[in-house]
Amino acid sequence: MAQSDETKKKVVVRVCIGTGGLAAGGKEVIEAFKKAISDFCVDIELDFTCHYQKVGCRGFCARDVLVDVVDGDTSVTYQGIKPDIAKRIVQEHLINGQPVKEWLIDDSYYSFHSKQMKVLLKDCGTIDPEDIQAYSKVGGYTGIRKILSTMTPEDVIAEIKASGIRGRGGAGFPTGVKWEACRKAQGDVKYIVCNADEGDPGAFMDRSIIEGNPHSVIEGMMIAAYAIGAGLGYVYIRAEYPAAVERLKLAIAQAHETGHLGKGLFGSDFSFDLRIKLGAGAFVCGEETALIASIEGERGMPRAKPPFPVHRGLWGRPTVINNVETLSNIPYIIRNGASWYSSIGTDKSKGTKVFALTGKIRNTGLIEVPMGIRLGEIIYDIGGGIIGDKKFKAVQLGGPSGGCIPDHLLDTPVTYEDIVRTGAIVGSGGMVVLDETDCMVNIAKFFLEFTQAESCGKCVPCRIGTKRLLEILDRITRGLGKEGDIELLEALCSDIKVASLCGLGQTAPNPVLSTLKYFRHEYEAHIKDKKCPAKACKDLLIYSILEDICKGCGVCKRACPAGAISGDKKKPHKINADLCIRCGACFDVCKFNSVNRE
Amino acid sequence: MLEEKDMNDVLDRIIAKYREDEGNVIFLLQETQDALGYIPEEAVAYFSKKLDIPSSRFYGVLTFYSQFHLKPRGKNILSVCCGTACHVKGGTKIAERIQRDLGLASDGETTEDGKFTFEIVRCVGACSIAPVVLVNNKAHAEMSADSASKLVTELKKKETGVGAK
Amino acid sequence: MIKLMIDGKTLSVPDGTTVLDAARRFHINIPTLCHHPKLTPFGGCRLCLVEIKGIPRPVTSCTTPAAEGMEVTTTSPNLESLRKTVLELILSDHPNDCMICERAGDCTLQELAYFYGIRKNRFSGERRTYSKRDGNPFIERDMEKCILCGRCVKVCDEVEGVAAIDFAYRGFKSKICPPYEKDLNCEFCGQCVAVCPTGALTGKAWKQRGRQKDVREVDTTCAYCGCGCSLTLHVQGNEVIRVTSREDTLNEGWLCVKGRFGYNFINSPERLKKPLIRKDGKLEEASWETALDYVAGRLKDVRDKYGPNAIAGLSSARCTNEENYLFQKFIRGVIGTNNVDHCARY
Repeated sequence: MAQSDETKKKVVVRVCIGTGGLAAGGKEVIEAFKKAISDFCVDIELDFTCHYQKVGCRGFCARDVLVDVVDGDTSVTYQGIKPDIAKRIVQEHLINGQPVKEWLIDDSYYSFHSKQMKVLLKDCGTIDPEDIQAYSKVGGYTGIRKILSTMTPEDVIAEIKASGIRGRGGAGFPTGVKWEACRKAQGDVKYIVCNADEGDPGAFMDRSIIEGNPHSVIEGMMIAAYAIGAGLGYVYIRAEYPAAVERLKLAIAQAHETGHLGKGLFGSDFSFDLRIKLGAGAFVCGEETALIASIEGERGMPRAKPPFPVHRGLWGRPTVINNVETLSNIPYIIRNGASWYSSIGTDKSKGTKVFALTGKIRNTGLIEVPMGIRLGEIIYDIGGGIIGDKKFKAVQLGGPSGGCIPDHLLDTPVTYEDIVRTGAIVGSGGMVVLDETDCMVNIAKFFLEFTQAESCGKCVPCRIGTKRLLEILDRITRGLGKEGDIELLEALCSDIKVASLCGLGQTAPNPVLSTLKYFRHEYEAHIKDKKCPAKACKDLLIYSILEDICKGCGVCKRACPAGAISGDKKKPHKINADLCIRCGACFDVCKFNSVNRE
Repeated sequence: MLEEKDMNDVLDRIIAKYREDEGNVIFLLQETQDALGYIPEEAVAYFSKKLDIPSSRFYGVLTFYSQFHLKPRGKNILSVCCGTACHVKGGTKIAERIQRDLGLASDGETTEDGKFTFEIVRCVGACSIAPVVLVNNKAHAEMSADSASKLVTELKKKETGVGAK
Repeated sequence: MIKLMIDGKTLSVPDGTTVLDAARRFHINIPTLCHHPKLTPFGGCRLCLVEIKGIPRPVTSCTTPAAEGMEVTTTSPNLESLRKTVLELILSDHPNDCMICERAGDCTLQELAYFYGIRKNRFSGERRTYSKRDGNPFIERDMEKCILCGRCVKVCDEVEGVAAIDFAYRGFKSKICPPYEKDLNCEFCGQCVAVCPTGALTGKAWKQRGRQKDVREVDTTCAYCGCGCSLTLHVQGNEVIRVTSREDTLNEGWLCVKGRFGYNFINSPERLKKPLIRKDGKLEEASWETALDYVAGRLKDVRDKYGPNAIAGLSSARCTNEENYLFQKFIRGVIGTNNVDHCARY
């Protein structure tokens, strides 16, 4: 006699559909599971029902697609799953009860998580971001309920101040102090704005939080709104994050339907509504006054401060602008108390910080660590070290506003003060690891290309100054650097930092200054010896074929897009230096290492 | 290209939505681009007349934000990410190869047949799977110049029915 | 009133005064390029940076409101070095054209380069170039000389309410242009020309007619309408080569297209200087007495023969209010009809 579906046990297949998961085929994997299950149903009666749960980023993107099979209390995690493996998992694991060993997570999964401390990301990778109930089940919206029934706005501000949380967008300004200033500012209409214009190249923390746990951001905004006295909030989000925008829209719609947004919330007289404003592709709009201009429909040109947005912000009204990660922390602080939060981290840098760990590192992904952890622990223990047999060179923190931290400073604890002392900034959390093949002049040039293209053009030091910086860096990487260029860079950098109007210009020289501080010898080698020590600057390389090694196989000749290689079969080939475009194709294809690059 | 009347209908609908909201030039332009694929000069003239907003403001906003396009774009959009993580893992080489394969001179150009637009984007937040190429907004992970080139060949095949090149 | 200290002097200024205005009130000079007293502050040129005690980095004095007890320093080796860098950067993206520039000798940028002694520029590199020349009839737009101070954009928007131009693009590629970079098509009031601190915007008619140092300035009143704007004629020899207006006048220095650009009638050979009376189908010069007698006589004849309502008076907007008042008085009281009208009545 067939069991009815209700009495059967439930098995949950949980699949990551964060950006990493999606790109690795997360959706296809779900479909493959569904198909496998329905194929088996034809022949046999299954003693379980299979449920599918889509979850946001689980952090370990290097091993995507990550799949959990949850059967009662036991949960098994698979890594690197492709659609064609789904059938085997269904047959061997779901039906026969034997997990498929070769796809199980391995040690790197455990070491990746060992030194992490997941507060925000805990829910992010386990709950269905497209279901408000899932968030409620893990304690969601209890924070706002708690404050509405038991706390005054002043109490909330005191709690946030006591927690010691500082802005996660980059500057690290104490959140409670900002809220208090806005609370005290004159005005009957105030706004809370969530800055989700995550523009730093190499950063995707905010995107992952919105994709994985959008309701935590909404709840954080509600709490902030109550504290400062705002009735309307805006989320300013990059249009480059379509999945995050969709999730957020859905979350807001669900919150409306279920009475979590609107008038007279949870039986109080507190009302709050939320609107989404899409960015249109301008990095500078992450700067708060430019963001305000953009929400108002203008060109995103920053405005002079003072007056600060907490006094004169959106449409001239007092406005608090907080970053996604900051707001997402708020419900957890209210739920667990300020003393819980302030027990994490160091004296002046509290709580956890989410980082996007990328670059030349084994375990790329999204990580959450307690403040105060040492950089080396992140890179070697969590990140598993450098890919291949290359040597670590530096870690870039803070994107275009940040800097590169070298090997000998890997003992630096991750706190706002300690990182600033190195010349970088904690920033929004991009952490790009560089190895010995990365040229530091080139990295500085890369960031200047970015800031120069993203400069709004309003003030002279940023508009023309970053252009001149880039031109000097460019000539250095092309072997045209001149004596005195380093000094000129330094002088210009220091003036741009002081004289620029907004944070973009004021921090744009940081990548140059920090690489000059730790890798000055690379600059000097480019300028004086016309050599790129990392062998990355194309114009400074000379390719030649080592005749005693070359087997004359002809692979390089075929690979050369410029027709610069000649030679008879089985005889040593030659590169015509006049025709060579230094693309490195021959170097990459030669199996015998007979192409010399210097 | 839409007939003028059809286009005006579309624009009128956008204006109605815009009036409900708090009035934001960027919103108008985003909706227009979603509906038409780019922002024709005629649309700006129409908005300017209907809403009494100087066209200079529209033009200023349009050219400030990189998302807006003044010309129609290709059927397929290939975006190569050159954010930090992609850059250090060879994003630039991929960009150069795709550009060469499509025979385009610079970033943002469209092939003459209108089938492909190539662009360089600055970080799509998929750094953990770098380097990334987006084909019509779908991310392709851990690309190389060769795999990107293959991707282009496949797309060309699909578009023309023959193995182009 | 607010009391603050600037360069060691204690000053008191009304609430809402910016630090820059406070300084200028007391003749403390702070260099500026993008600031204009009648336009909203921009804060882009960064020349007016000052140090304020308690604020960690220099701030622009044009945007910072004066506050009680503020201690401001407007000049220090550090500030002057920043200003010099800013000027060098601007000049590194500016044509070295002073030899042939209309505005030489009357250009704020040139003046500042002179005061800061910038002969050798540490910076050089790509310059913005524009191949296209704006085809409008009045305003020469040499945008390579534009320093993007935004004064023209603001005057067009805030004073004229026209917004014919705006910033476009961003970063180093920023430019100020009419929509779609077409030729300027506006009222051509030329206010943008009046506020431009460099040679980017000039009158087309000014070209190679003479530089400022050689002109004699003659103040007069515009005859185009009843507004009576004050004009300053720039006269070289006995020829008007340019018209501007002073800021300390009734019209605050603002003019319209006629007052600013409509002066070439002055030396026109077709200009009417004496009354003409048509005799046998031919216009002949006459004296004012003859002409007035003739008009008076004809009006009288018509009124006597056909009655006052056969006559109507049409006056001109180019007359003053007083003249127009007298005119209607004459038509009503002397001729005896209410048939009186005016070209600007609509």
